Amino acid sequence: MKFGVVVFPGSNCDDDAHYVIGKVLGQPVEFLWHQSEDLCGADAVILPGGFAYGDYLRTGAIARFSPVMRAVERFAKSGGIVLGICNGFQILLEAGLLPGAMLRNAGLRYRCLPVHVRVEATDTPFTCAARRGQVLEMPIGHNEGNYFCDAETLAALERNNQILLRYTTPDGRENAAANPNGSLANIAGICNRERNVAGLMPHPERASEAALGSADGLVIFQSIAEWFARHGGAARHKAENATAALQAR
Amino acid sequence: MLQIEIKVTAEIAAEHGLSSEEYARVLKILGREPNITELGIFSVMWSEHCSYKSSRVHLRRLPTKAPQVVQGPGENAGVVDIGDGLCAAFKIESHNHPSFVEPFQGAATGVGGILRDIFTMGARPIAVLDALRFGPVTKAPGAAGASTEIAAKNRHILDGVVGGIAFYGNCFGVPTVGGDVAFAPSYSGNPLVNALALGIARRDELFFARARGAGNPVLYVGAKTGRDGIHGASLLASAEFTEESQQKRPNVQVGDPFLEKLLLEACLEAMQTGAIVAIQDMGAAGLTSSTCEMASRGGVGIELDLDRVPQRETGMTPYEMMLSESQERMLLVAECGREREVIKVFAKWGLDAIEVGRVTTDGMMRVVWHGQPAADIPAKALADDAPVYQRPLAPPTTPRGGGKLIEFAPEGANLTDNFARLLAWPAIASKRWIFEQYDHMVRTNTLAWPGAADAAVLRVKETNRALALTVDGNGRWCWLAPREGAKAAVAEGARNVACTGARPWAATNCLNFGNPEKPEVMWEFSECVDGIAEACRALEIPITGGNVSFYNDTLGQSIYPTPVLGVLGLLEDASRAVGIAFQEEGDSILLLDGTGEDRQRAGIEIQRELSSSEYAFALRGIVAGAPPAVALAAEKNLVEALLALSSEKLLRSAHDISDGGLAVALAESCFASRGCAAQASIATDEPLESALFGERGARAIVSCAPGSLARVRDIARQCKVAVVELGRVTRGGDFIVAVNGKAAIQAPREELHASWADSLKFIMAG
Repeated sequence: MKFGVVVFPGSNCDDDAHYVIGKVLGQPVEFLWHQSEDLCGADAVILPGGFAYGDYLRTGAIARFSPVMRAVERFAKSGGIVLGICNGFQILLEAGLLPGAMLRNAGLRYRCLPVHVRVEATDTPFTCAARRGQVLEMPIGHNEGNYFCDAETLAALERNNQILLRYTTPDGRENAAANPNGSLANIAGICNRERNVAGLMPHPERASEAALGSADGLVIFQSIAEWFARHGGAARHKAENATAALQAR
Repeated sequence: MLQIEIKVTAEIAAEHGLSSEEYARVLKILGREPNITELGIFSVMWSEHCSYKSSRVHLRRLPTKAPQVVQGPGENAGVVDIGDGLCAAFKIESHNHPSFVEPFQGAATGVGGILRDIFTMGARPIAVLDALRFGPVTKAPGAAGASTEIAAKNRHILDGVVGGIAFYGNCFGVPTVGGDVAFAPSYSGNPLVNALALGIARRDELFFARARGAGNPVLYVGAKTGRDGIHGASLLASAEFTEESQQKRPNVQVGDPFLEKLLLEACLEAMQTGAIVAIQDMGAAGLTSSTCEMASRGGVGIELDLDRVPQRETGMTPYEMMLSESQERMLLVAECGREREVIKVFAKWGLDAIEVGRVTTDGMMRVVWHGQPAADIPAKALADDAPVYQRPLAPPTTPRGGGKLIEFAPEGANLTDNFARLLAWPAIASKRWIFEQYDHMVRTNTLAWPGAADAAVLRVKETNRALALTVDGNGRWCWLAPREGAKAAVAEGARNVACTGARPWAATNCLNFGNPEKPEVMWEFSECVDGIAEACRALEIPITGGNVSFYNDTLGQSIYPTPVLGVLGLLEDASRAVGIAFQEEGDSILLLDGTGEDRQRAGIEIQRELSSSEYAFALRGIVAGAPPAVALAAEKNLVEALLALSSEKLLRSAHDISDGGLAVALAESCFASRGCAAQASIATDEPLESALFGERGARAIVSCAPGSLARVRDIARQCKVAVVELGRVTRGGDFIVAVNGKAAIQAPREELHASWADSLKFIMAG
């Protein structure tokens, strides 16, 4: 399979995602330039962290209008695998590919620290190689990661099992002290209803090698590769079919 | 010559900070009176900030040569070879005055400026560290604290500075991986913000700021020129502060890290075309310094057409354009006929690259505006022929440190409460509140996070190597005894780097001092330079560049002389990096002492030493006595021992003894671990407080598996380093340090950890 990592002006985790996919995971990977609508045949698209277009307005507010996002939207609608990390998550929210919005962190400060997140759902291309309930240690680094949505949306996220990761203590307990930014329901990552588009605030690419303190994040990239290996071109079809196939197995 | 309303007189020259001798020199160089633009150009280039006119004669004494040095002082950054065809470019620079006037933007643009210095060399920045000095942030009695009002103001400055560093570095995408912070009343009216940046480049792809090739086009890239920052270098950085200094706010620039990120990517990509001949950023003195310095280094001239310079505002005069310090701008010389290739890369990144001039052969910096000459000055006269001063120097008339010395606590006293207070003291307490606001992980090279090791450790991707980097400098010690204090800064830097397993490889220095026109300040400066030179020679560390910041005075009061050393270390094998955290219950805790077997010291010597310590300052408000004498041979032995031990992977942790002494070092190794505590005991005939909190150098606390103990002793002996077994690593329970068999400090590990961990957060919450 082939990964594509989008480069917006101001992306600064693009190299890091590219490095993990290419050198650690050992999968083909290519940069996708923001001004092009050509996804270069990528089977999975990563929207990396950073400050796209400077984020001087609202995080992700300008990036969503870039040409590459038109292609990403089409790709996502046709079932393609799309993962937004940090700023990439914020862009997916702005683009309406994921529900909800990001507020400024509860403490009104940028925070960079390792956190623990619990895997809540494993029937997705992003978490299928993890165990449900598994606690992963990954760093966060953001100023606007305080996830928010209305009660109806939250109910739908819960009902459809769209919450992928929640902030917890190292032993997997969900409480306010484990929540680094005030996110609603300790949400650290979600997917869309079709389960082919996901956004994560923690950085799995910063936790994919033991030398950096944790290799727990690698499971996210491994999941994508595994999912693709299992379903092949299914990622190009409606992801619902793929989910149904997995559940039937 | 173009007629611009203001006729230059000696009075106007004086207002521009030029002395009458300097103005006479201008007249002689030009053979006529300068116009106002030319006067402005001379005044910034000959300002202390740009010309180093007071420091130059002293800086020559620093050792700058070693086989690994690729580029020493004089370029945008120093460069050293790190093997595998790669180089490290690094440099430290101050942004003190702007950070006082406008803490957030002052600190932000300080980071922006040093990053440009690095990528101008063709190196991609991979790390930033900051050395920060503030006035007291707590209300405390005696010399150590400040009034409620001043403490609140200092907290405001600290908050703004940290916010500005975070704003710029986080968005730009460079990790801020370490630094140091200290507090003293002398910084209340004059905080120090020193930013160090490190980058990596291929040795055969370095770029220099030397213009050449008559007829080659000069391109302007990046942000448009506005009226911001005019005279930042000459009026803000080269004069003392007075009560009116707040009015200098318009002299502070405003940073745009997003634009700088684009500039970085575009510059590195454009350099790959091979069509760039020379490049320099527009930092202090903007268009003026970049033009005349590139021309002077290359022995050529440059002609600029100001009408082509992208402008943010209308109606700007040549004077304003030449002196603007608008940020995120670069000047480069392209190869004639290949400028399209360069312009195309900048266009891809959404940046203008405009041809604003040409390289000429006559050595003149010629500026044209509206078709008429606006300035015509020999480039070399501006860049290299600035006046050089051998300013008078004199030691203080009353020797320093003569105040009341610390009285020792009685033998057998329980010092647990004092220890807990010391742990909560801002200079000692955890700096987590600060570094959590910095992205310290981006680029995924950070092997040791802030506080995890004695120096930041960054791997060099696609090699086995890693680089270690630290900034150190004790202003209080340099005030008490400038030469010893400066030596101690070098020694501590070397020790910190060696504790991680890295060999000290090169250093950059930022010399922060008061008004050089005061003989006492000049004496401090000269003494510090000698101290740095002596220590660098002994420890075999070349100085590859740096920055001098004078005029750090407010209302006539100078700051502590504060040389900050940024020491870079090289680790051949990144997997051998050592942190400060204890690892395993039952591991042996050892004190390595480079001074060898304990030497009997006189009681008064010990008392004077402890009076200069952080302990004396924090608990008694005492700044007196003299810092511990630096034993350079002992420091060198310790460095060699640490390197030999880590190369055999014998150390589970290593942490040098510095601020707060042995007790604090032990506690920090516990706090950095996942739940470890320590049980240690020392036998000594020194007073309790000196044994626990004394800051004598050439010492480190290490831990190893009990099975490695014999080998550790062997290696240490070969390096002439004494090994004292202090105790064991424990898990949970009490942190205990016994002296001569009696517990001097004993408290639950978690209790002590809490005083240390959250102190700064509570202080900053007011």
